[in-house]
Amino acid sequence: MSDLEAVAATQGPTGQPPEPRHVDKRDKPRSLAGDAWNDLRRSKVFWFAAILVVVIVAMAAFPALFGAGDPRDCALSRQHGSPSGTAFFGYDFQGCDVYAKTIYGARASIEVGVLATLLSGVIGLAFGLGAGYFGGWVDAFLSRFVDIVLGIPFLLAAIVLAKRLSSDPTNNGITAVTVTLGVLGWTTAARIMRSSVIASKNQDYVAAARMLGAGPARLMMRHILPNSIAAFIVVLTILLGTNIATEATLSFLGIGLKGDAVSWGIAISEAGPYVRVAPAPLIWPSVFLAATVLAFIMLGDAIRDAFDPKLR
Amino acid sequence: MFRYIVRRLLQMVLTFFGATFIVYALMFANQDDPLQALAGERPITPNVRAVLTERYHLDDPFLLQYWYYMKGLLTGDFGTSLTQRKIWDMMEQAWPVTIRLALMAIVIAATVAVVAGVISGIRRGSVFDNVTLVITLILLSLPIVVLAPIAQLIFGIKLGWFPPTAGAHPSFYALLLPALVLGSLVIATELRVTRASVAENLRSDYVRTARAKGLTRKRVIGVHVLRNSLIPVVTLIGVDIGGLMSGAIVTEGVFNIPGVGFNLFRGIRTEDGPLVVGFVSILVIVFLVVNLLVDLLYAALDPRIRYE
Amino acid sequence: MTNITAQIDALPGLDPHAPLLEVTNLHVEFRTQYGISRAVNGANFKLAPGETLAILGESGCGKSVTAQAIMGILDSPPGFVTQGEVKYRGVDLQKLPENERRKVRANQIAMIFQDALSALNPVFTVGYQLGELFRVHRGMSRGDAKRRSVELLDQVKIPAARARIGDFPHQFSGGMRQRVMIAMALALDPEVLIADEPTTALDVTVQAQIMGLLAELQQQRNMGLILITHDMGVVADVADRISVMYAGKVVEEAPVYDIYARPAHPYTKALLESIPRLDKKGQELNVIRGLPPALTAIPKGCAFNPRCAYAQDACRQDPAPPPHIVAPGRTARCHFWTEVIGE
Repeated sequence: MSDLEAVAATQGPTGQPPEPRHVDKRDKPRSLAGDAWNDLRRSKVFWFAAILVVVIVAMAAFPALFGAGDPRDCALSRQHGSPSGTAFFGYDFQGCDVYAKTIYGARASIEVGVLATLLSGVIGLAFGLGAGYFGGWVDAFLSRFVDIVLGIPFLLAAIVLAKRLSSDPTNNGITAVTVTLGVLGWTTAARIMRSSVIASKNQDYVAAARMLGAGPARLMMRHILPNSIAAFIVVLTILLGTNIATEATLSFLGIGLKGDAVSWGIAISEAGPYVRVAPAPLIWPSVFLAATVLAFIMLGDAIRDAFDPKLR
Repeated sequence: MFRYIVRRLLQMVLTFFGATFIVYALMFANQDDPLQALAGERPITPNVRAVLTERYHLDDPFLLQYWYYMKGLLTGDFGTSLTQRKIWDMMEQAWPVTIRLALMAIVIAATVAVVAGVISGIRRGSVFDNVTLVITLILLSLPIVVLAPIAQLIFGIKLGWFPPTAGAHPSFYALLLPALVLGSLVIATELRVTRASVAENLRSDYVRTARAKGLTRKRVIGVHVLRNSLIPVVTLIGVDIGGLMSGAIVTEGVFNIPGVGFNLFRGIRTEDGPLVVGFVSILVIVFLVVNLLVDLLYAALDPRIRYE
Repeated sequence: MTNITAQIDALPGLDPHAPLLEVTNLHVEFRTQYGISRAVNGANFKLAPGETLAILGESGCGKSVTAQAIMGILDSPPGFVTQGEVKYRGVDLQKLPENERRKVRANQIAMIFQDALSALNPVFTVGYQLGELFRVHRGMSRGDAKRRSVELLDQVKIPAARARIGDFPHQFSGGMRQRVMIAMALALDPEVLIADEPTTALDVTVQAQIMGLLAELQQQRNMGLILITHDMGVVADVADRISVMYAGKVVEEAPVYDIYARPAHPYTKALLESIPRLDKKGQELNVIRGLPPALTAIPKGCAFNPRCAYAQDACRQDPAPPPHIVAPGRTARCHFWTEVIGE
């Protein structure tokens, strides 16, 4: 799954240097963030992805808004029944409302996705900033640690860790999955942060600040971090998408959410054996899952394109 | 160069031990009663328990157990799984089919990705480019847990173009659909990297020089640009080979291929520590060796990179 | 040396009495999302064999674009030649089919660029990049091409040429790399060489060596040399005539001594005055106030008027000043050139 993060690291093509501008004093000073926002505003991809994300978050927060019934209200008498009432997508093999399960499934995905990504972000930030700023043996030590974490194939590590963390059969596995994804997904973010920090660290403005007496904390917070943050945010946005996909994968394999949790992964997994009889319980969660992952990846793509000055 | 290789080998050893230790710790620590888990519902007599405890060193301190295990591993003794099968035998059966699957997947994916990526890179903003970008975006976001079952449903069951499952000794044709599904994991990134690399190189100064030399467009792109653009792609493909072997878990599960991923998954589910650690150790070695080879390949392709 | 005249005769419309290179009323524009950038607005050049023409101007005045338009290697889109002719010995290159025009490059007109490190392909050896010219354009075998390449490297005075033929561009120093580029440009014995800021990226001492090499090679081959630069010091030594460009137009054209002694255009004059001089030690440096105009928004009338000390109302209105004849072989686009030259 780290391939998806490789997308974030893909550099855009170089462009020609800009023509020298005749500076009009009436122009507001342009900043990279301001320029990026201008480009974002005009990007159709950005708005499409943003709207999709808002809709999905709304689904997660207020499922009733979408007219969904109760996903746990299952009756075997309705097994594989056709759509009725608010059950627009029919019923699955347990007689549960497929539409309700699909809408409620968003909640698990968003919860796990956001929390895991935040966790990864914090770890990645600490590692990347530390390794990049302090360099030397700190960098060597931290980088070796990253190598070890990366040495274990991601999905395998996730499966092993999730299994270990969720050995208690009573909980529904949300913490386990969140921690698993958070603890394994920070490597790309850390690497991006590290290279940004190293690039910024050698700039003249940092040397100037240091000469004016700025200490390491101030240097890191005020000078280095703001310039390194753009790529980091792009990676995190895409990581959100991959985390949602990985949660579904783990749930599909039975290692992720369980118990009475409602997850797209579980729904897909359960619908699998009956697909010849009733394809709808497989198709709908799949579509929603794909759309959600797509939305976040598109969002990350759009932000990255907007921030990449070489694409102007 | 020699010093570089030595340094890398040392790093690899460190990473190998670190990674396997973590996996070992996760598999074996805090296990309530592995012997009971193995036996299932049947009670274990104290005699059997004593023998098994002795054999698996379950009474010894954790680190000592790890030491015993590693010693065995390094002398080629992968031990026995908790299902009483020799792990080495299981590997002999599982690896070939996974390797076949991974190789097929990477060949298909790389070919399509490079060809489409080059065309997209040359004709940025064209219809072809936009369509390919959309397709790769969709492929990127379709998790394998969606793609595999749906592909099986559509192409295997409904349309019947391919056999829906592959089995233990699949024919080339039977592996085709799983290979396509597995390849979709990497095709999107490879295409994007190719495209970006080609687009970037097309704007390079040496392209201007090549045109000023009166070379045909075909030669400028086909020789000069391509040779530069493919460097990052080739290295990415190398890394992807390693990744695919481990990423095949879901694919092997859905298509019923008893390869490495399949066995591994079952081993994790049944808490079969020796099996998991044994297979993972090999995977880690494969991954590390592939990475080293890729880095050396990179140096061979790009004369500006020379390792000290 | 291969018989090059056979190649020339192949071009239709060739006139041995026409000037070697003649650029008339060239207009080049770039169509971008921010508007149309008018990079060249009516440029005129003439070049004779053995002559060195220097095109002088600040960054962004259109010099490199002109050179690329002459060679026909503009990035198109977004660049387009909207008007004008580029005539090589009477043949309008713009009207040639691309296949023919491609053969003119490197065979008749060659170009070298500013930064040799990025201008050379990093993954091929110097020998390969040189030999390529012989193999593609002359059909030579690899062995022959290699031999000619070594000879070329000798001609540009690269020591141990035979040993270095297998090296990569990044293994050469800046000056050596530039010599390799010169070798590449001269491989097929062209009649015109365009040098786009060949020494800007080099140390001063290396600069002198490279300029000396260019002068020597030019004399040996009776080549026409177009030297594009913003460095007035380099120009004084080497050029026969100078064309000063501003905002895409040639604002003054004159033999080199005349321009340095008595400039006829305010811009040229201001450029000369801004050169730091030892005898003005301790005084403020002269600068030209303001900045060059954005090529998407060139001022009406004379483009230089916002920054000009001599500007009056006539200068701020269209039409822009035509090239007034200052003397035979000298023109200046200024309504008030007599004032400028008189002082």
